[in-house]
Amino acid sequence: MIELDALARTIAAANAVVVVGAGTKRDVGGAVPSGATEVRVPAGMVSYEPADMTVSVLGGTPVALLDGALAEHGQECPLDPRDSAATVGGVLAGGLSGHRRLRLGPARDRLLEVRFLTGDGRVVRGGGPTVKNVTGYDLPRLLVGSLGTLGVITQVTLRTQPRPQHSSWAVSDAPPDDVRDRLFRPTCLAWDGRATHVLLEGHPEDIASEQARAGLRRVDGPPTWPEHAHRGRASVRPGALGALAARLEEVACSWIAEGGVGTVHIGTDTEIALADARAAVEAESGWLLRETGAPNLDPFGIALPNFELMSRIKDAFDPSGKLNPGRLPYTRVAA
Amino acid sequence: MNRVIEVDVEARVAWVEPGVLNLDLSRMVTHLGLHYAPDPSSQQACTIGGNVATNAGGPHCLAAGVTSSHILALDIVLADGSVARLGGLEPDVPGLDLRGCFVGSEGTMGIATRIAVRLQPNPPCVRTLLLDFMSIDAAAATVSAIIAAGIVPSALEMMDARITRAVEDYVRAGYPRDAEAVLLAELDGLPAGVEAAVAVVDRVGREHGARTVRVAADAAERALLWKGRKSAFGAIARIAPDYYLHDAVVPRTRLVEVLHQVYEIAAAHELIVVNVFHAGDGNLHPILVFDARDPGIWDRVHAAGDAIVRACVAAGGVLSGEHGIGLEKRDLMPLVFNVDDLDAQARLRDAFDPDGRANPQKVLPRGSRCGETMRVPEGAWV
Ligand SMILES: Cc1cc2nc3c(=O)[nH]c(=O)nc-3n(C[C@H](O)[C@H](O)[C@H](O)COP(=O)(O)OP(=O)(O)OC[C@H]3O[C@@H](n4cnc5c(N)ncnc54)[C@H](O)[C@@H]3O)c2cc1C
Repeated sequence: MIELDALARTIAAANAVVVVGAGTKRDVGGAVPSGATEVRVPAGMVSYEPADMTVSVLGGTPVALLDGALAEHGQECPLDPRDSAATVGGVLAGGLSGHRRLRLGPARDRLLEVRFLTGDGRVVRGGGPTVKNVTGYDLPRLLVGSLGTLGVITQVTLRTQPRPQHSSWAVSDAPPDDVRDRLFRPTCLAWDGRATHVLLEGHPEDIASEQARAGLRRVDGPPTWPEHAHRGRASVRPGALGALAARLEEVACSWIAEGGVGTVHIGTDTEIALADARAAVEAESGWLLRETGAPNLDPFGIALPNFELMSRIKDAFDPSGKLNPGRLPYTRVAA
Repeated sequence: MNRVIEVDVEARVAWVEPGVLNLDLSRMVTHLGLHYAPDPSSQQACTIGGNVATNAGGPHCLAAGVTSSHILALDIVLADGSVARLGGLEPDVPGLDLRGCFVGSEGTMGIATRIAVRLQPNPPCVRTLLLDFMSIDAAAATVSAIIAAGIVPSALEMMDARITRAVEDYVRAGYPRDAEAVLLAELDGLPAGVEAAVAVVDRVGREHGARTVRVAADAAERALLWKGRKSAFGAIARIAPDYYLHDAVVPRTRLVEVLHQVYEIAAAHELIVVNVFHAGDGNLHPILVFDARDPGIWDRVHAAGDAIVRACVAAGGVLSGEHGIGLEKRDLMPLVFNVDDLDAQARLRDAFDPDGRANPQKVLPRGSRCGETMRVPEGAWV
């Protein structure tokens, strides 16, 4: 493919490159020094075999485009980015999962095969196109969440699934753990400290009887996810959500937690408040990723665990350090 | 190291030592309404540590996903003696997914000493179906047709005529002795969804020539149907004293043609092959059965095995679905990966174990790294 060849040449010739998808997650990770060559990966469907429930797309493909193609065959691939302009490669490189993770698992579990460009312009393929595979080391898992620092994802094969027959949001005043105990594998438990929004997917009769049994009231749709100038995504043990909620009472923020998962979406009007939210999260042994805004806040707030091992991997995959330099703190964060 | 250290029912997480047997873990938590989803057919004998190292699958991994999806965190000892915790009980960990790299690395990145696994709630409703066919093609076509109809059963297993008869003679599971192939399908979840899916499987099966579709009436019958599937390896001795089990995956839409090739290859090498496998995933397990006392037999077994793996790769498949590469398939890796692909894998392995001391020489063939020579380093583990 001519576009990919050109991309490979550009990357090989550059001193530093910053990979741009749709730019929806530009603030995730550290800033890349200005002057780095911006590269974009082409978009497009490569192949789709509904009966295999696998699909291959180029890295720059918008999630909305992929979803439209799958919908024609009654399938989906639940990457579920908040902004469906996001590209498939960007979502995977960012490693952030959607709101249906409780039931459907994290985004990383969708990736079967990956092709990426190295800093010297070679194409590397890892994984395989089949739904099950242990042929060699799991490069697909390595690339998910690597924030473009190990390779530029050019093409992926993803596992698809049938679209749910029916889906319905409902609400309960009970906290998410209580609600979960009354249900069989809900898809999402979105809790804002007062009410739990519950997404159920499946057969309409099952959904109705589960909602009745758990005492849920049907609502039109999902809760409003925090939309503020400064936003973060916290990760805590699901069991710590109650204690974290109490701490967040003291912070000027709005938040929605994914019950049973431990992801908390936090939005604030000021940068200081997001820093306060981070302190609350860290007090519960979690960490907060800056997603949007808060330019003076450290992107992660903590050193990468096992950063020496991660740094060895970075050096092995990108010896010249040209791929998204600065995105991940591969050196010890100064105290 | 064979203790279950902690079961957190609320969090649905268990911390286990690597020597815990897979089946023991599920047995231990079943009274809590939970189970550990990956269920290799060897689950009475294999360990969680081994499952992590091979990224093991099992019949119920069709819907639930393989081992990697069920491992939250790992404490490991690296080859230099240092220890690390990979992953965590929080949903995300900053930086690279080292947990994901380690799972399936066949002991070449270190030794897992403590493992946090996710437990799943037991489904409220389970239906197990036995479909029998008068041709292997019809059974294989039914597999892709079920998936194409939008149903992902929790398990979808296939057995051919010879192994079905051997199993029936061995454990009396109630399989039809005259069938050319049987499919074992399981559907679980909430009742209305399960009954609707059962109806689809029944219809699709009959449309593709299923002679009978039997739904197990109760838990005892269900257990018996599964006992048959899980006793298949024990039953092989009724056919011949020795066997060689292969493991490869093809896209499920290619099952019919690849199965044909598998039988042709075995016939060309004057060997018996039986097939009992995770059909829903396209994960073939052709088993060559023979008598090792026959002169020259191993050459034929190896030649047939090699041809089978090559046929799978030619159909767009991969070398292994769940058993791994080890030494056996190491030198076949160039069939699916080019030099740049192998080089990247070698770099990853070396970052964990620069001296190549952990399970030396496994997985990657000679020449994966530039200018390498083959050697077993001082202090290597196996
Ligand atoms: C009859 C039969 C049926 C089978 N069915 C299935 C099936 O359905 N699905 C499936 O996936 N497999 C199956 N297998 C293959 C095998 O049982 C699995 O691969 C299993 O996961 C291996 O576990 P083990 O405890 O036996 O490991 P071992 O065979 O002892 O070891 C496997 C590898 O893991 C490494 N290892 C072991 N422990 C650790 C540790 N703590 N840390 C790091 N590395 C370690 C070893 O060095 C070795 O490389 C089957 C095998 C047989 C014989």
